[in-house]
Amino acid sequence: MKHIVKILSLLVAISAFWIGLLQAAIVPRSHTWLLPIYFVVSLGCYGLLMVGVGLMQFPTCPQEAVLLQMDITEAKEFFRHKGVDVGSD
Amino acid sequence: MADEKENIGEKKYKYSIIIPTYNERLNIAIIVYLIFNHLRDVDFEIIVVDDGSPDGTQDIVKQLQQLYGEDRILLRARAKKLGLGTAYIHGLKYATGDFVVIMDADLSHHPKYLPSFIKKQLETDASIVTGTRYVKDGGVHGWNLMRKLTSRGANVLAQTLLWPGVSDLTGSFRLYKKLVLEDVISSCVSKGYVFQMEMIVRASRKGYQIEEVPITFVDRVFGTSKLGGSEIVEYLKGLVYLLLTT
Repeated sequence: MKHIVKILSLLVAISAFWIGLLQAAIVPRSHTWLLPIYFVVSLGCYGLLMVGVGLMQFPTCPQEAVLLQMDITEAKEFFRHKGVDVGSD
Repeated sequence: MADEKENIGEKKYKYSIIIPTYNERLNIAIIVYLIFNHLRDVDFEIIVVDDGSPDGTQDIVKQLQQLYGEDRILLRARAKKLGLGTAYIHGLKYATGDFVVIMDADLSHHPKYLPSFIKKQLETDASIVTGTRYVKDGGVHGWNLMRKLTSRGANVLAQTLLWPGVSDLTGSFRLYKKLVLEDVISSCVSKGYVFQMEMIVRASRKGYQIEEVPITFVDRVFGTSKLGGSEIVEYLKGLVYLLLTT
């Protein structure tokens, strides 16, 4: 099944649930009408939270740049000895 | 050599490493050196797909062939810059390994992670092992705050819309079973990094087992930032395309 079909089915199910709530009036209708807005806003907030948390926890590796420079130097030395002209960067 | 391996009940696999290059005269030599350093007991070949670099990349590769052997380094060049996807397809034609590794030539992908890719695949029999920069033992160096924000935002959006099952969608440091790569690549049409996303999402949809290993990514610190407004638009278009067609 295509992914979009899965997502649309999910949305249809949620909508059916919402309409069901509207008709059954277990929750006061005024609240129910606002549920989709709450849902979208919550989703947005969750997304922003995920971005923020991810940004704070973003893994960095400054030591890797140093290690890489060492590897580059080592490689250049090797090729110099072997007579391969790698030129300069 | 084959007998030794059979005695301990281990099949000897061959790995084809495809590296597309364009103007990577210095970097390709360093990458080759590092690959040979880190894959000492592994049967592999390096396939350099150069798109007619004017800086002499092919000359360097020929010298490397003299040094390491023409059976270990294959130069399969093309006349001009023709794009990444087609570079992989081109390289695949000459690959004789059981597995294919794709990686960048600009030293942002370090060959020291190759053993961990291989080990992960052997442990899990995964069809694809993809490197992820966004987990604890991974990481990125050379990105400013704005770049990290864009990357994180893009990732959250892609995760929400696509449920891809991998943490790093745009990464291009990956190991594939050769047959799996052939299968997935034939159904991909995007370009650039959206192509990398399409590959992994299509593979996921097809039910291929995908495992991840942490990698560190050192971005080319000099040079202009590659993330302008047009890149963001391309990305969003790519997301919608993948949402609707996978």
